[in-house]
Amino acid sequence: MTKNYDIAIIGGGIMGCATALHLAEAGMSVILLEKDDIGQGASGVNAGTLSLQIKRVKLMPYALKGHHEWQKMGDKVGFVKTGGYTLAFNQREAKLLEERMTLKREAGANIEFVSPQILFENEPNISKKVMAVSYCADDGYANSSLTGQYYRNLLNHSSVDYLEQNQIVKIDHSDKGFSVHTESQQYKAKRLLLACGGWMKQAAALLDVDLPIQARVNTVSVTERSPTLISNVIGHATGLLTMKQKANGSILIGGGWQGTGSPNEGRGKVHAQTLIPNIQLAQYALPALSALRIIRSWTGFEANVPDFYPLAGALGNIANAYILGCVRGGFTIGPYISKLMGDYILGNELELPLFNPNRQFTETGK
Amino acid sequence: MSDFDLIIIGAGAAGSHAALEAAKAGAKILMLDEQAEAGGQVWRAKSPSIISAPKTPETIAGDKLRSDLKSNNILHIANARVWQIEKNNDDLWNIGYLNNGQLHNATCKAIIAATGAQERVIPVVGAQLPGVIGLAAATALFKQHLTIPGKQTIVAGCGPLLIFTAYEILRLGGKITAIVSLNSKTDWAKASINMMARPDLLLRGAGWLAKIAAARTPIYWQSTITEIIGDTHIDSVNISRVDANWSSVSQGRKTNIKADSLCMGHGLNPAIEATKLADATHIYTPELGGWHVKTDDFGRTDKVGLFAAGDNAGIYGAGAAPYRGKLAAIAVLQFLKLANAENTDRLVARMKSAAKFGLATTKLTVLRAGMIKNTQQTAIICRCETVSRQQLEIEISSGALSPNAIKSGTRCGMGPCGGRYCSDVVALINQTISGKTRQQIGLATHRPPLRPLPISAIAQNFDYDDLPIPAPAPL
Repeated sequence: MTKNYDIAIIGGGIMGCATALHLAEAGMSVILLEKDDIGQGASGVNAGTLSLQIKRVKLMPYALKGHHEWQKMGDKVGFVKTGGYTLAFNQREAKLLEERMTLKREAGANIEFVSPQILFENEPNISKKVMAVSYCADDGYANSSLTGQYYRNLLNHSSVDYLEQNQIVKIDHSDKGFSVHTESQQYKAKRLLLACGGWMKQAAALLDVDLPIQARVNTVSVTERSPTLISNVIGHATGLLTMKQKANGSILIGGGWQGTGSPNEGRGKVHAQTLIPNIQLAQYALPALSALRIIRSWTGFEANVPDFYPLAGALGNIANAYILGCVRGGFTIGPYISKLMGDYILGNELELPLFNPNRQFTETGK
Repeated sequence: MSDFDLIIIGAGAAGSHAALEAAKAGAKILMLDEQAEAGGQVWRAKSPSIISAPKTPETIAGDKLRSDLKSNNILHIANARVWQIEKNNDDLWNIGYLNNGQLHNATCKAIIAATGAQERVIPVVGAQLPGVIGLAAATALFKQHLTIPGKQTIVAGCGPLLIFTAYEILRLGGKITAIVSLNSKTDWAKASINMMARPDLLLRGAGWLAKIAAARTPIYWQSTITEIIGDTHIDSVNISRVDANWSSVSQGRKTNIKADSLCMGHGLNPAIEATKLADATHIYTPELGGWHVKTDDFGRTDKVGLFAAGDNAGIYGAGAAPYRGKLAAIAVLQFLKLANAENTDRLVARMKSAAKFGLATTKLTVLRAGMIKNTQQTAIICRCETVSRQQLEIEISSGALSPNAIKSGTRCGMGPCGGRYCSDVVALINQTISGKTRQQIGLATHRPPLRPLPISAIAQNFDYDDLPIPAPAPL
């Protein structure tokens, strides 16, 4: 007789793994299925920025809690609290910066406005064309490349059964629970959690649930190693630049510029027409980048629904089915919202509310 | 409308002959190549600073090729580095390249990737020391600069490059301390039967061996370098006999040989980054150098408009490369509806006949299962990021089995070379733990830029106000 797990989790990114570990600690038997490798989707290829200045106002309480989780994970994930500056280069951006950062500060982030002079003293290589600056001492980054290694090691030391390179092809459900099929096997479970990031729409479709999910194709680039040029995380008033220098000297450049492709077609592709302005913007902020070379650019899928708020809760009308994903700022918030999700499944009291996946979606957040 | 009918990446034997063939039908061609002159590795041009040099069959063929290219209507851009290949919505290819410190972009209907091969070195402790270079790297020194790698050189590894490198060093006045050959005399005897297809080349090889014998150069057959010793530079090497699987059988006995330089190579890998980036299917064939782009005899890949010619489609050697270039050009002309592919049977037959010699020499370099055992736990596998075999084994043993997962956890392959140098060795180590086949292990995701891209080239002559900055993220 095949084992009947308490829960089957689809997706081995941060959210799938962190929820699995939380549930296993509480005594549930868990099977986790990942189509590729643990932590190799958006969880492992994003720019790793842990900046409160680029978090959404309504998600700030979750981001603050998420920061604490990353801090606890520490060296194993390359966590560094550096502080972060967000730059504005013209009047329009300065106005945008003031409006946005004021709201984020009111939402609980430790953000202050500082003079460009302070920035230039602390970051002498940043362009003197900066007109306005905000600063958050809590900002930093983690090394997203280590996500897979970190969670695989935790899973190895837990009671969770996990399978990599196992794509699900079918999900049956009845009153008794779920039967999750891969090409060669099936796994039975009383509950089901979909936590498959950019691939959520396809997974939900296996349950005949149609969700208005789209995937953004975010681009990240890295330079060769360099002597220290910056020591804080650097952002842009529009949110379209993130930049940090890692301990090894390489500089990581992100900002959500869009590549091409979709989760149906394998990995996304870097698009020269968006990569080039992304790098130009970075070099405008940090002119000394001109001495370096880009050694690699890549993309990761970031799923979202029209209101750009998470899907986190019970899924549709299917009893004991849950969904967790589409979290803007999911790298920062992921480890925390996964604990909430675990508590929700366990029937525990929630520290902060989740986000009903069955809500009506309207475009927001301009 | 595209800028070109055809863009050829690589102006070696295959790429250049593809260009000449396609030009006959009037195709509008751009040929991009990293080197200062066409000819690739085999027909590499002499540096312009060399006034006169002895003629070899390669220099004569190379000079004729360069002259033919100039007299045809082919735009050949030298010193050009392709960094990006994308297919746009009109089904045209977009090629991004760097030339004279500037970024350029060109579109075309068809691509022939003729990117050739790259050297494979299975490292042991000390392989990263200065003074240690590859066999193929050494041949580039001779061909372009008439320069030798040191005063007392050891050449080590497998296949014909070993003999050629030793001969060239002697010819250019150098001293060979030892030749350390993984292949046995019997391996060579067996291979020479198939090399009879080219008696001229076989005879040249015999001439090289005669020169080596006349110099009383010690040859250690069926042996390998087990350790390279030195503080800041190679000082000496330890060598050992190997068994039929190329695993060291020294059992603690050491033969130490002094040298100030070592040329070490273990065959060639097809250079597949461009065709991987363009999303073609690749297959693993040990007898053809490992992973290569999958094509038919005409270089057609499974991607519409993408063709491949030469060693990147499986190592058939220099003799077959011109024919493979011509065949790919014929397929491209048919694809572009500029000519019909007629009467090609003879050309295919000639290509296959020419390949016999190359396939026989490639066979001498197929790595045997015991070879990876000679690489110590402390040996550096990823030179860019200084990752040892031991670090890789810990990662693989914890369950990171795919090339992407191993790379993420250890940084192996994240440096400037992009894993070109180490990925083959990482997969060999992976096999010793996972027992998977190379086809099952697969390859890491290939990403642009194909070569490191200077930010100075990207960020020049732009106006901040013109940057197409999208709407800010939702608040």
